[in-house]
Formats: sequence, structure tokens, C-alpha cells
Amino acid sequence: MTKKKNQRLVFFGGIFLAATAAVALTLFALRGSITYFYTPSELIALAETPSSPIRLGGLVSTGSVEYVIAETGDVVSFTIEDGSADIRVNFAGLLPDLFREGQGVIVQGRMTGNGVMTADNVLAKHDENYMPKEVADALKEQGVWQDEESGS
Amino acid sequence: MSATSIFEFANPVRFERIAARAFPLALIAALVSAAIGLYFALFNSPADYQQGETVRIMYVHVPAAWMALFCYSAMAVSSAAGFIWKHPLADVAAKESAPIGAAFTFLALFTGSLWGKPMWGAWWAWDARLTSVLILFFLYLGYMALWRAVPDKTRAAKLAAILAIVGFVNIPIIKFSVDWWNSLHQPASILRADGPSVHPAMLTPLFLLIGAYSFAYIALLLSAMRNELIARRLARYELASGEAPARVVER
Repeated sequence: MTKKKNQRLVFFGGIFLAATAAVALTLFALRGSITYFYTPSELIALAETPSSPIRLGGLVSTGSVEYVIAETGDVVSFTIEDGSADIRVNFAGLLPDLFREGQGVIVQGRMTGNGVMTADNVLAKHDENYMPKEVADALKEQGVWQDEESGS
Repeated sequence: MSATSIFEFANPVRFERIAARAFPLALIAALVSAAIGLYFALFNSPADYQQGETVRIMYVHVPAAWMALFCYSAMAVSSAAGFIWKHPLADVAAKESAPIGAAFTFLALFTGSLWGKPMWGAWWAWDARLTSVLILFFLYLGYMALWRAVPDKTRAAKLAAILAIVGFVNIPIIKFSVDWWNSLHQPASILRADGPSVHPAMLTPLFLLIGAYSFAYIALLLSAMRNELIARRLARYELASGEAPARVVER
């Protein structure tokens, strides 16, 4: 009875360990593809600029947003930075409501030859902070506001 | 087997007596905390400085996502107890947790999508958090399908337990997906090293609704387990008395 129970315990635990190992190895092998976006420094560090569509994420640099009214429609141009590198992005389309300077965004598009990205989609990234407007204003007034996201 | 205190509850007759009394209490607790929680969530909590009124979706979404993980964990632990120690109630608890967990997972995915469109600008994104939760939903469905596919209950319980424990690998992946990979989904706001990054006025409705969802899970699980035990006893009775057990509807 006890021996059988031990066998079942070992069998069940063994299955769990084997599954964990298999999934861990798979995720390790796929680590580059699971990442939803590159940061500017990761993208620049790549040996070869990818020619396929990619996603780039970071903060919209303060003072970098320019609107160019072209005949084809509204075109917006801005810089995405992560603290150590930045990349210029051109985009023609609708921006999400949360898009503004200092905001975390993720853009989808292709790198053009001259290190500029042409985006065909812009997503706003929301951070983990939730607070009422009055509290946010008070924090800004006291100068303890942290607008920077860390690293990624 | 020697009866230590916790194994006393594994006696189905005693379980049914306790469940009959605990079910209405859990149901009342769920309804009361849901009513107070929704009042705070919809009328008596501030709008967010960035998201505005959209923040209120969080009060439905976050508890659902937590319960999705909790139900699966409960299912995996019950499966282990059923597989290794052959507790008569553990397999029933695991089996009946699955549809409840699947419903919570669907609710989390659905409300997350409703939030994602106005905030991110997309209904869906194949980032690590969203994808791993979608896999969780399919694990629940696969687990439920496996129980139905194998006619012999003892055999079904064994196979389903193995599926449950293999799928349990996904739970830490969901939790830490936002830390391990760059993801569109925001990192943890409540369970994090330096305390919640949610304003206390917003934590009140959130915790009330987490309580409501938890009590709802207890109430639904107790009543589902009672139903299953009665159905199994009926099947055994009809088998013994020579009647065809076909009248017991397979759930």
C-alpha cells in the first residue's frame, strides 16, 4: 500500500518535472521570438537590421513629436528612446488616446535604410500605476513624480 | 488509512453534510461582497489620471484573472491528491473546478480585450501574457473534454490528473510573463516587491470583488461537487438494482 503510494508520488512528480524541463527548454530556445518588442538599444545592438516587420517599444521623447501635414494625410514623426538609445519613427494613421510625450508606446513597422522606422501601427503601453488625477497632480507638484519607465 | 484531521473531510457523507451548510453561507457572502464591491467600483471610486473611467474595467478583470490562476492551481493540487492518495473527493473537486476556472479565464480575456481597445489601441496582441492566458483557457477546455472522452471514471480521473499537472507549468509562466519578456501587458500592480502601485481608493473595490469572486468559486464548487456525488450514487444504485443507469445524464 505504502509502496504503491510512493510509486504514484514519484510517477506524478516525475511527470511534472519532465513537463517543466520541456517547457523551460522550449521557452529558452524561443526567447527571442517571445519578446513582444525590441527596445531601441536592443535593436541597434542587433548585428543585422531586420528587414521583416518588427515591433519597437520605449518612451516617446519629450519635445520630439512633429506633425507634418502632407497631401496624403496627417503624418506624425517622433523619437522613441529607452534611456541609452533612440530611434526616429514616422507614422501615418490614428494614434491611441494615451499617446503623448513621455508615454510608453510600441510601434509596429519596418526599418528603412537610414535607421528610421516607418510604422504602420502604434500601440500605447500602460504602466502598472493606478491613481486618481488629483493624486497625480499633487505628486507632480511635489516634484516626486517619476515619469520614466525603468529599462524595458 | 488512519484518519487524521484533514482526511475527515474526505469522507463523502461528512462532506455532503458540511457542504449543505456552507453553500448558502458562501453564496450570501459572494452576493453581499459583490454588491458592495460593485457600488464602490462604479460609483464610489476615483477615475484614473490616465485611463479615466476605463479604469473601472480593472475591477472585473483583475479578480477574474486571479481566479483563473487560482482555480487551475486548486485543480492541480486536487488532481495530485486524487492521483497519489486516492482521496474519493479530490478527483471530484478537480473535475468540478475546471468549468468554473474556464469561465473566469474567459471573463478575464473578454474584459481585457474591452480594455485593450481604448487603452492600447488593439483588441488583442500576441504578447506573452495574453498568449499564455489563452493557452490556460484551452487547457481548461482540454481537461473538461478528456473527462467526457473516457467513459471509465477511475481511468478518466488518472488521465485528467496527468493533463492537469502538465498544464500547471503554465501558471508560473503566466504570473512572470510580464517580467521575463518585454510585453504589451503591464507588470504586476498588487503582488510586487515594493507594495501595490494602485491608489488605496482603488484597492477597496478591487479587494471587495476579489472576495466576491472567491466566495462565488466556493459556492459554485460546493454545489457542483454535491451534484456530482449525488449523480454517482444514483448511478451506483441503479446499477445495483438492475435498472439501466442510462437515465443519469453524463455531465
